Amino acid sequence: MQFGLLSVLIWLPIAAGILVLLLGERNIRAGRWVALVAALATFAISILAYTGFRTGTADFQFVERMAWIPSLHATYYLGLDGITLPLVLLTTFMTIPVVIAAWTVIEQRPAQYYAAFLVMEGLMIGVFSAMDSLLFYFFWEAMLIPMFLIIGIWGGPRRVYATIKFFLYTFLGSVLMLAALIYMYVQAGDYSIAAFQRLPLTLMEQRWIFLAFLLAFAVKVPMWPVHTWLPDAHVEAPTGGSVILAAIMLKMGGYGFLRFSLPITPDASHELVWLVVGMSLIAVVYIGFVAMVQADMKKLIAYSSIAHMGFVTLGSFMIYSIVANTGSLKGAVLGVDGAMVQMISHGLVSGALFLCVGVLYDRLHSREISTYGGVVNVMPKFAALMVFFCMANAGLPGTSGFVGEFMVIIAAFKASFWYSFFAALTLILGAAYTLWMVKRVVFGPVANAKVASLTDMNGRESLVLGVLAVAVLLLGLYPAPLLNIMEASVHHLVTQAVHSKLPL
Amino acid sequence: MNPNLLLAIALLPLLGAIIAGLFGKVVGRAGAHTVTILGVAVSCALALDVLYGLVWGGMSSYNAPVYTWLVSDGIQFQVGFLVDKLTALMMVVVTFVSLCVHIYTIGYMADDPGYQRFFSYISLFTFSMLMLVMSNNFMQLFFGWEAVGLVSYLLIGFWYTRPTAVFANFKAFIVNRVGDFGFVLGIAGIVYYTGSLNYTDAFAAAPTIATQLLPMTTHTSVEALTLICICLFVGAMGKSAQVPLHVWLPDSMEGPTPISALIHAATMVTAGIFMVARMSPLFEYSETALSFVLVIGATTAFFMGLLGVVANDIKRVVAYSTLSQLGYMTVALGVSAYSGAIFHLMTHAFFKALLFLAAGSVIIGMHHEQDMRKMGGLGKYMPWTAVTSWIGSLALIGTPFFAGFYSKDTIIEAVGESHRWGSGYAYFCVLGGVFITALYTFRMLFMTFHGKERFHETLAAHDHGHGHGHSHDHDDHGHGGGVPHESPWVVRGPLVALAIPSVVIGAMTFKSLLHGGFFGNAIFVLPGNDVVARLGEELHQPMWLDFALKGFTGPAFWLSLAGVVTAWVFFLWRTSWADAAARVLAPLKALLENKFFFDWFNENVVCLLARLLGQGLWRGGDQLLIDGAVVNGSAATVGWFGGVLRYLQSGYLYTYAFWTIIGLAVLLGWFLVRHV
Repeated sequence: MQFGLLSVLIWLPIAAGILVLLLGERNIRAGRWVALVAALATFAISILAYTGFRTGTADFQFVERMAWIPSLHATYYLGLDGITLPLVLLTTFMTIPVVIAAWTVIEQRPAQYYAAFLVMEGLMIGVFSAMDSLLFYFFWEAMLIPMFLIIGIWGGPRRVYATIKFFLYTFLGSVLMLAALIYMYVQAGDYSIAAFQRLPLTLMEQRWIFLAFLLAFAVKVPMWPVHTWLPDAHVEAPTGGSVILAAIMLKMGGYGFLRFSLPITPDASHELVWLVVGMSLIAVVYIGFVAMVQADMKKLIAYSSIAHMGFVTLGSFMIYSIVANTGSLKGAVLGVDGAMVQMISHGLVSGALFLCVGVLYDRLHSREISTYGGVVNVMPKFAALMVFFCMANAGLPGTSGFVGEFMVIIAAFKASFWYSFFAALTLILGAAYTLWMVKRVVFGPVANAKVASLTDMNGRESLVLGVLAVAVLLLGLYPAPLLNIMEASVHHLVTQAVHSKLPL
Repeated sequence: MNPNLLLAIALLPLLGAIIAGLFGKVVGRAGAHTVTILGVAVSCALALDVLYGLVWGGMSSYNAPVYTWLVSDGIQFQVGFLVDKLTALMMVVVTFVSLCVHIYTIGYMADDPGYQRFFSYISLFTFSMLMLVMSNNFMQLFFGWEAVGLVSYLLIGFWYTRPTAVFANFKAFIVNRVGDFGFVLGIAGIVYYTGSLNYTDAFAAAPTIATQLLPMTTHTSVEALTLICICLFVGAMGKSAQVPLHVWLPDSMEGPTPISALIHAATMVTAGIFMVARMSPLFEYSETALSFVLVIGATTAFFMGLLGVVANDIKRVVAYSTLSQLGYMTVALGVSAYSGAIFHLMTHAFFKALLFLAAGSVIIGMHHEQDMRKMGGLGKYMPWTAVTSWIGSLALIGTPFFAGFYSKDTIIEAVGESHRWGSGYAYFCVLGGVFITALYTFRMLFMTFHGKERFHETLAAHDHGHGHGHSHDHDDHGHGGGVPHESPWVVRGPLVALAIPSVVIGAMTFKSLLHGGFFGNAIFVLPGNDVVARLGEELHQPMWLDFALKGFTGPAFWLSLAGVVTAWVFFLWRTSWADAAARVLAPLKALLENKFFFDWFNENVVCLLARLLGQGLWRGGDQLLIDGAVVNGSAATVGWFGGVLRYLQSGYLYTYAFWTIIGLAVLLGWFLVRHV
């Protein structure tokens, strides 16, 4: 098998990252351009994957398979389906604003900074396209290293606490996942995810495997109550780190649930659906209240991310409640579709919001809401975009933020009136915490001399936020193409998820 | 009907908004108002053409999708138009009032630095409102619903440096979101039972849903349709400012006056009324939901009117009046008189927009002073404004032959005719409301345009303080000499344009709208509920003249006359009596001035509890319990354990030797114990 499209997507940014690193800090002018060209090229190649993608089938496409560690039957096995293609596109797209946003902002060791992000891009694409679970695990863990460095080197004053918390939390979860993978490998004799999905498992086995997966993915999402690493990590991370963390890394948890938990342990998922749904609804309501009282903008957006990701897990697991309540699968696909759309939208919106905070932080070096006030008077262009993204965060129709939430709320009614009720509370809570921040930061008279000295966005910042705004608007006004890609794969997934592995 | 024509009606204002908003600097002030006015004017003309075609041209109504937003799980999420006579009527009202307000804005906002932005917003509003009324499905309805809320948010906070404005727009958005919370649940319920978002499917399924029970807990359940209708109505309560979700509307007066007229009087706040009328095929099958609507509406109609009696800010009086009139419309919905509600919606749109724009004209004349206690006798200086205000006021209090009479009297009689649970209470409220309406309306007229001139001090101070700073500030207003002047023609023109329908539109449309089957299939009433039809049978001939003449003999006429006389006595003839009455009724006055303590309760109980809960969950849950006890706690445990281990790893040879011996001893001991 020759070197395919997915391999290019994975290794091109990694190679570019190494090149930037080799060019070193002295050739950073060239290094920046290498980074930008690599990010743009990767995005362009991922567009090829989109245009070449056949919709209407749940089959994996662009498949590559070759021996990797023959003694373990682990293979270098890649492929894309309707669930992963959108996530890969999100990854390649979001890396571009991160590269541009760092252009003149990162003064300390910029070459290493760019290298870390490029390497991470490749690894993240690897996570989404790996069809062999050991390969998946390799990318999954390897990705932690650049993120660890990004927070640890370019982070804020409490970065050491934050990195260690981040690393231990996520690592602890993943180790149990590895154990589960090895257990299933022993049974199946193969590391491919498809083999695990076919593997018959008793309910007891499924329970343990489910819980191991739950810990790994719940930490990543993050779900309440294993979410407390996220606000700390975001607060300490540099802007680009926060963007990638929120936009893409959190999605790996949601992706894990869809690719591993639901199809591999359908009966345990069914049995423990109350646990995941409960945690999701708590995330929406509890975290909504917590977000409201944050004084730090990044913390507020971090908490808002947790609440929004609650919709992803709710939408994914509701399948079982819907079947139990209505006796039919109708609505289950709607919920999973909603969860997927929510992931993509949250990637764009939260990424944009962290970039907005970055724009302010670069000027006044403060993330405190109380430092600001009346920013609109001095930065009207910025204010318009910030209000726009905040409205998207509050789920305003016409923006991408609305689509997934609306689908999940509607589907939730099919599971239970109360699921829908608690999920819909986000309309109030999301608006309250987001717009309260807008009120205090953007509107009002100029709060102090520091705010008065602010200058509006430069061309580079306008470009980055402008492009994201267009994406958020496009997805909000015409989400059909996205749904079109996913349709067959989500149908297939839901069928797998409700197909019991237990002997009758 | 040509779908491209319908698209043009909706999109032309959007195009204007984009040009004025994104390219405001390029096109300049004149460019911004020209392009937006042109867009809305063409849109209005086309809407009139559509209405004409439907009513006289023999066109049939239009119902088709424009594009598919997404498809998931077999459910089509579409953007599409349903244009029947109900929609066409709303389109004409929206675009006509919007056009008047656009023109008026040229004068009102002449000095404002945010001129282009303002035009962009009001055009964007027109687009959103059109999408709302033209929708043929719940998804687009919700889109329009939230989009008008967004523009309302942006416009209330238009003067973003004012802390009060920024507070008011935040409050408006959140309170509306409380309504939308209910609304989205209602929509989810519809999809649950029909698997579709289209009106047609929902309406067809209504009788079936009415027989269903939705389980709430394992033992209890509620009537599904009642729950859905009440949820949808909660949305209407937010948007149409019904008690207790009315609290945002008075504060919304922080926005510039043109938008108070357009959004917070004539169109957006009536979206809830329109929505319930549109959903009449659903509501008709739930007596409980309709009674709920009736009681909420009656409460709003009476008690919000009372607040108008003590307000001194001219815009707030009109705002409370709007609340009260929205209550009347809601009452009409509650007794199944949907056509009466839409009729009142239309007449109210004209005369209330007129009253707001007239109040704005007064505010221009008074150099942005809004306190009526500092006005008086303005009629002499602002004749156009005074006369049009009189016309608007006479229409508002329901004087026979004026537009408001036909719609309001219809509502009152419909309530009298109804036997629905709550209609007795509602009848008392709407009749009492007539007296209150006349009282606050004429109090406002007398305090503003008649009686002693109390403005000299304010205007003199204003002129004095004006010399430096903004020299070109009031070119268009024309002033000097400490007396108010009549506003320019761009302000007077819309006043006249709205005054004409405020007089004649009621008589012109009375027969066809109420008794001529105008709405056709757009509004559905079960035969047993049709109070409007019964009213028609009671009239000799359902003609406007008969109805108006009959009006003189009804209680409403005399109550409103009593209100006018009371206002005249207390606020013009013997003003000292008003102070005396205020002293005697001090507790009542305090209750009214505190607006029944709704704001106090929301700020000091609801918001406080939300913040406390947030702090409690954050500090108690996240920091203390999860981070403190579990995360850092386990780290500390590991640390402690490590400390113990480190103690063992001392690096001294004798320690290792010592532990080796102990280890051997333990192993040997265990070996021995096992084998003995």
